[in-house]
Amino acid sequence: MHAPSTHYRFQPLNIGRFVLWSLFALALAVAPLLFTSSLALTMLSQIGYLIIICLSYNILLGQGGMLSFGHAVYTGLGSFIAVHAMNMAARQGGLQVPLVLIPAVGGLAGLVFAAVLGFVTTRKSGTTFAMITLGIGELVASMALMFPEFFGGEGGITSDRVYGAKFLGLDFGPQIQVYYLIAVYCFVCTGLMFAFTGTPLGRMLNAVRDNPERVEFIGYNTQRVRYFSFIIAGFFAGVGGGLAAINFEIVTAADSVSVLRSGGYLLFTFLGGATFFFGPMIGAVLLVFASVLLSELTKAWLLYLGLAFLVMVMYAPGGIASLVMMNLRVLRFGRFKPLLPGYAALLVGALVALAGAAAVIEMLYHVQLNAALGPELPFLGLTLHVDRAMSWVGAVLVLAVGLALLEAARRRFMLRWSAAQEAIEHQLRMKESA
Amino acid sequence: MNAVPPAIELRDLRKSFGRTDIIRGASLSVAQGERVAIIGPNGAGKSTLFNLISGRLAPTSGEVLLHGQRIDGKPPYEINRMGLARSFQITNIFPKLSVFENLRCGVLWSLGYRYSFLRFLSRLHDANARAEQLLGMIGLKSKRDVLAVNLTYAEQRALEIGVTIAGGADVILLDEPTSGMSRSETRHFISLIREVTVGKTLLTVEHDMGVVFGLADKIAVVVYGEVIAFDTPEAVRANRRVQEAYLGSAVADSQAEEGGH
Repeated sequence: MHAPSTHYRFQPLNIGRFVLWSLFALALAVAPLLFTSSLALTMLSQIGYLIIICLSYNILLGQGGMLSFGHAVYTGLGSFIAVHAMNMAARQGGLQVPLVLIPAVGGLAGLVFAAVLGFVTTRKSGTTFAMITLGIGELVASMALMFPEFFGGEGGITSDRVYGAKFLGLDFGPQIQVYYLIAVYCFVCTGLMFAFTGTPLGRMLNAVRDNPERVEFIGYNTQRVRYFSFIIAGFFAGVGGGLAAINFEIVTAADSVSVLRSGGYLLFTFLGGATFFFGPMIGAVLLVFASVLLSELTKAWLLYLGLAFLVMVMYAPGGIASLVMMNLRVLRFGRFKPLLPGYAALLVGALVALAGAAAVIEMLYHVQLNAALGPELPFLGLTLHVDRAMSWVGAVLVLAVGLALLEAARRRFMLRWSAAQEAIEHQLRMKESA
Repeated sequence: MNAVPPAIELRDLRKSFGRTDIIRGASLSVAQGERVAIIGPNGAGKSTLFNLISGRLAPTSGEVLLHGQRIDGKPPYEINRMGLARSFQITNIFPKLSVFENLRCGVLWSLGYRYSFLRFLSRLHDANARAEQLLGMIGLKSKRDVLAVNLTYAEQRALEIGVTIAGGADVILLDEPTSGMSRSETRHFISLIREVTVGKTLLTVEHDMGVVFGLADKIAVVVYGEVIAFDTPEAVRANRRVQEAYLGSAVADSQAEEGGH
């Protein structure tokens, strides 16, 4: 809550914001120095461009209320144009686009495709918009099979990112150089997308999200607002796609323009939190951890992901970002400490329930997929026997106990939580009347 | 012919939904600067009339003119850009934006910022100053940064008026601005409406007769989709046909319909 003022507040230098952006730049710069393994570098690179992609998706979802099921169309086509531009630059007599500008080429591709396809999709809003994006997503995915020259068929299009003259002594062969290219684009694009939220178009996009009908009566064409914003989102999606193409040096249609990928962007943007600008950045980090680490850990990773999504939609529809912000608020008013035991109880319940659920899921997967390996399955230092009733009963029991604990903890916690919220509201009212 | 065209003119306006005729040949001419209250029984078509004028609905036939220019069939945003703004019977604001942001959204188009994504809102001095001024006019200065959804009902109604007048339109349509308000709130609100619409053409749908006679220069009586009377409050009050129609009883209505007087 701000103090009422007669004049609008002009903030030439917002200290808090300056510090946050500096920290973000610093994190991008030092991350590969702290995590030096090649796996870490791979993951950091992916996080970098996925931040751009998830933020661009959130221009639609969080800021514009447009539920798109086809965002991979713009990232994917950005990737393909980028990879073709790389190959053309490597050829004799082709257009020589230096590698550092390839992401911008991807961005322009995303912009053009968004301008063409978005002209159709953004005429409608709500459910109809969602359906049309789904249709266009399928359309582009199936076109990939019709134009193998462009999409490279099943093998995709490969490229070599080391070509042409060096840029500041960098040839972008080593992954670390690619990481820093991604990091610079990530920082700049994040800054630009944040700036967008403070422009007339960005604000009217929020207004269109909240109440499209009213917007029509204050002079704005809601279709135009959606359309222009869609094009901007398409541009940044294409930049992300271009960076992905540089990172992997291969682009395949089955992976990059698939509806499944679009679903991934949607899911993780939502998990991260669509209601706050930085939410999708958390989502991007989770996306990489899930697809790189979780998929190594278990074959059933998509199932766990589905469960996590389900729980979030039901209990924290604002995503992780909103959980963070709510707790920061409690912390700021000095009401966090009484919540700590509640959090501990929740954690214990959740871990027990998760262990039980995971045991059941892993045994099911073992029976279905790995039966040839015998009935024994190592799990958290124990050995489960899928042919013995004891293992099944034990797993289900653990799950049941976990769920019971979790539910009990949740009820207690909600009481304490609402008490804390009431106290904060009271504090605010006191301040207001003082 | 007058040199200055009327602010709003309806010519034999008709609107049917399927086979039901809602507006059945309404004609009306509102001069610039006039304050007109539209009254009539429930279901007479007052709100539909507003929707036809403001572009929310397209008429089945007939013409709507704003300052002598045809606007029927145009989308709402074009009509708004030509200088007509409206409020809604059910509060219609941007719930998740602050009061200040609500008002600034209302200001942007009229100051020519259109769909700009290359300028910062915080640097648009004219838009910010205008939004602050509106904030004072509707008496919500202390609620500047409160989300609109958290306002009281009366405050939301005031914000609704603020968003409506924000773009500087010179023809203002207010659809039951005082509905759901207490007596004292209504009295306060009427003076607010008077203040913020000085020099403008005002059309308002209103049920409260006290409000109508206090606010309007002229009254248009709409019954069964027709304007059966359009005159000064005194003349309308004395009009027998209106008296019968406005009793609200089916008998009186049907007699008025048959035009036996």
